[in-house]
Parts: sequence; C-alpha cells; structure tokens
Amino acid sequence: MSRLEAQSPRYGEKAIHGLLAVCGILSVLTTTAIVISLIGPTIGFFKIVPASEFFFSFDWTPQFEPPGFGVLAIVIGTLNVTLWAMLFAIPIGLGAAIYLSEYAPPRVRKTLKPVLEVLAGIPTVAIGLFALTFLLPHLIQALWPGGFLGGADGKPFMALAASLGIGLMVVPIIASLSDDAMTAVPRGLREGAYALGATKARVATGVVFPAALSGIVASIVLAISRAVGETMIVVIAGGSNPHATFNPVESIQAMTSYIAVTATGDIPTGSIDYKSVFAVGTVLFFMTLVMNVISIRLVRRFREVYD
Amino acid sequence: MRGSEAAVPRSRLAVAGARATTLAMLRQQPRGDVIRNAAFAAMLLLAVLIALAGLLALLIQAFAKGASALSPDLFTNPPSTAFPDKAGFRPAIIGSLELIAGVVVFVVPVGIGAALYLEEYADSSRWWNRLIELNVQNLAAVPSIIYGILGLAFIVRGPLDLGFILAAGSMTLALLVLPMVIIASREAIRAVPDSIRQGSLALGATKWQTIRAQVLPASIPGIATGVILAVSRALGETAPLLLVGATVFVTFDPTPFSPDGYSAMPVQIFNYALRPQEEFQTLAFAGIIVMLVVLLAMNSFAIWLRNRYEQRW
Repeated sequence: MSRLEAQSPRYGEKAIHGLLAVCGILSVLTTTAIVISLIGPTIGFFKIVPASEFFFSFDWTPQFEPPGFGVLAIVIGTLNVTLWAMLFAIPIGLGAAIYLSEYAPPRVRKTLKPVLEVLAGIPTVAIGLFALTFLLPHLIQALWPGGFLGGADGKPFMALAASLGIGLMVVPIIASLSDDAMTAVPRGLREGAYALGATKARVATGVVFPAALSGIVASIVLAISRAVGETMIVVIAGGSNPHATFNPVESIQAMTSYIAVTATGDIPTGSIDYKSVFAVGTVLFFMTLVMNVISIRLVRRFREVYD
Repeated sequence: MRGSEAAVPRSRLAVAGARATTLAMLRQQPRGDVIRNAAFAAMLLLAVLIALAGLLALLIQAFAKGASALSPDLFTNPPSTAFPDKAGFRPAIIGSLELIAGVVVFVVPVGIGAALYLEEYADSSRWWNRLIELNVQNLAAVPSIIYGILGLAFIVRGPLDLGFILAAGSMTLALLVLPMVIIASREAIRAVPDSIRQGSLALGATKWQTIRAQVLPASIPGIATGVILAVSRALGETAPLLLVGATVFVTFDPTPFSPDGYSAMPVQIFNYALRPQEEFQTLAFAGIIVMLVVLLAMNSFAIWLRNRYEQRW
C-alpha cells in the first residue's frame, strides 16, 4: 500500500464532526431568528406608520389619539443617557486601566482587577435601584448647582441618574479590556522610551497609550454599545417621558425602556403597540450591530499587530 | 607602580565625573515634569478610587436598607401585597433556580460543542467559519432586551409557540449567555498547546479521542469559569424575562411547563422596587442582598478556579 489509510471508515468521527458543526451553526440561527422576528412586525408597522414620520419626527406619543411615532425622541433619550454615561466612564475606566497596567504593583493588580470585574457582575436591577435611591438624591441633587439647566431638585427621575448608574456598570468593561490592550504592548517599546529619558507619565501617555489605541477604542465602542442596550437602569432611574433633549437633569425615555414598559404583560399580537416594539427593537439592534462590528474589527487589527 | 597609582584616582575621577553629570542632568529635569508626573499618578489613583467607591456605596446602601428584612421568612414565604412584613421571595427563588437549571442543561453541551468546532475542526480560511466566528462575537454584545424580543416572537409565540411558561424564559436566557460560554471555552481550548494534540495523534489516537482524552480535560477549568460567569449573568438578567412572561405576581411554586406563569428573583425585586411603600423598598433591598451574596460567591469561585487551575505549559 502506498498510502496510509484508516482501518475503518470512522463514521463515529464524522458524526461527531457534524454534531459539533451543528452547535456552531446554532449560533448563526440565533442571529437569523432575531432578524426574522424583528423584520416581520416591523414591516407590518411601516404599513401603518409612514417611514418619514418614524425617522424624522420628534413626537413619540403612542398612547395619544392620533398617536405619534417619531422614533428620534427615544433615540435621543438613549443618546442622552449614553453621552453622560460615557463622559463619566471613559476617564474613570481609562484612568483605572493605565493605573492597572503601568503603575500598580503586581499584587495590587492581581486583587484590583477581579474586584473591578465584580462590579461588572452586579445585576442591573440593583444598579438601577442604587441610582434611583442613592445617586439621584445624595449625589446629583446634593451637588447640582441650583437652577443650572433647569435645576435638579424635586425631580423623581432623570437621565443623569441613569447615566451614572450605566457609567458605573461599563467602567469595568473599559478598564479591563483597555488594560489587556496596554499590557499586550511589548516591553521593548517602553524601555526604548525610558532610555531616551522619558518620564513614567510620558511613557504611559506618549508610547503605551497610542500603541494600544485600537484595543482601547474597541473597549470604548463596546461600552457604548452596552450603554445603548442597557434596559433596567434606564427603566428604573431614567423616567418615561419621551423627550428629545440632551439635558442631563430631564426625565427621558430610552428605546430600551419603551420596549420593556410596552411589551410587559400580554399585549395583543396584532396591535400597533406590539408592532412598534419591534420597529424600535430593529433600530436598537442595528445601532448596536454597527458598533459591535467596529469593536470586533478593531480588536482583530490590534491582535494582528502584536500577537 | 606609577601606572597603578595613577589608575586609581583616574577611575575615581571618572566615577565622580559621571555622578556629577547624572545629578546635573536629573536636576535639569524640569520641575514641571516632576509635578506633572505626580499629578498624573494621583489622577489615575483617583479614577480607581471613584470606581471602588461606587461599588462600596452600592453594597453599603443595600445592606443599610435591606438588612432589617433579612429573615428565614424571606426564603420560605410567597410575596404578598397585603402583608409586606410577611412577604418573601419563595416562588421567585424557585423560579430562578429552575431557569438556571434549564440554562445549564442547554448551554454546557452546545457551548462547548460550538467552541470545539470553531477551535478544532473549522478551517478559518472558509468564509462560513469566519461568519460563525463574527456572529458569535456580535451575539455576545447584542442587548439583552433584544433577546427578550426574540423570546417573545419566536419561543413564546411564533414558530415554537410555547406560551408564557418558565421553559420559554429558560431558553431565552440560554440563548443570551450561549455566546459567553462559546467565547470562554474557545479561549480555554486555544490555550492547550498543539504539541499535546500532535503527541496524541502520533500515538494513533483519532481526532475525537485526542479531544476527549487530552484537550477537554486540560481546558475544563477555563470552561467551568466561563460557564459559572455565564450562569451568574443569566441569574441577574431582568429585561428579557419581562418580555417572555415572568409575570410578577406569583404566590405558588412555579414549575417548568405550567401555563400559570412564573417569577424570577430579579423580576420580583423590580416589582417590589416599583411600589412606593417603604416596606416594599426594604424587601427589594433584602432581595438584592441575597442576590449579591449568591453572585459574589459564584464570581469569586470562578475567579479562584481560574487562578488555581491556570496551567502554564
């Protein structure tokens, strides 16, 4: 015999190969199922509500007669919360990441990183309730300067409370992933900079940070995607007042909170409310999809450079 | 004689000269640099402290507000609107345990299977395998409420049409955390060096025998860590359950296929939290304490597992 051949056809091996492939394909089917379940009712929705109203109007009043379905009001509600959450979370998360990767002694790093990751594991109901009953009265209303932007006193809900809660939730995402990116930067780059007389702060900000930039940006994009998709914190602390504003001390409604509030309970399948949930879901899905793909691409590029 | 005599002072001179130069250089380092350096380090530390303060404040507040309601009643009594001092979480706890059991049963085989396929079998130069990979990474970051919509349209109604039963909630949560398990398992499998596989194949083992006897045992700790973290995520999720019928007021012990509805721990907490009366707020915080204790224990165990069994090849 000139070739090495197996003694038996090994059907078992092939069956296992097939079985494992099915497991992999199941994940693709999940995405397909998500798209299918969103598309159907969304098309039904656009048969009733013109796309021009949905995409270009600022009135989101589904319960009025006649109802208004201008999705921009709740898209901006989501962006409002996300904007302020990121203004809080990006500096804190990046500061923590630079500290972890460049300054912290190994022992401190080894305990600090899991502790920060614990923060990522706290249920969002708990964070939402914390934002509503602690951050709102004891931090925001206590420190807000008087009547600035309409004042913060006496408001039971506001975007900023949800923002700080979400910020707290995404800090560990930014810190942990950016720390991974910065520790992956080769030592040689740092030592070269030290040899040229750079101070520690210069090395961290001028060498390591730019070298890890694509990983850092990926962590921030992922954090934004999380913030946009977060539900419970905005439901509990953000209010339910569809309102196109970036004012942090206003009560708003986010896309996710509209979905959560409207689709709870047994709403009739064919109703316009039911369909509007899917239309909003489609917008949300594609917004986060774009950000996720950008983030995945950036991480991949970063890995290619240093691995 | 004269040569060595001269050599000593000359080398001393050189050292002294080098020291003087270095000191002069260091003194030349602008004051601003030194201050900027210290200020930068202080800012970084401040960032870490703010994050930790947030975590600490959350824990302290939960204990301060909820501790008074911690009692065995919390675990044994059903919820009640009339008697908040007697109300508990029993159906919610049972519901959460059943939900999680379903998640584990689904997610462990399918998650590990998909990870094995992607790491051991899939040829990553093929577009369909790259598609699966991108798809898993994207699914891991799809908002949880979208999974709720999927569960509502596909599992509760639509093709599967199971109705608002606990098993539907369990399936929704399983789909939600499946990508986490796949990603963690892939990393654990990738960490097993190729030499192990080649040694096994060279001894005549088939591919599956190699995976079963060498690759899987070596990657079990990493996979277990991923599964625990995924389960703790599923345990804390509220939003998708709101859409697939975790109806909030359940006073009986839920069962997986009963059409009477079910409840889960985070949903019950949410329901209590929405009520204006002080007693229900206290109950919500007591529920949060219970969940935090369970989740912190699970996460710490996962991290311990990762550190304890992390193999250096």
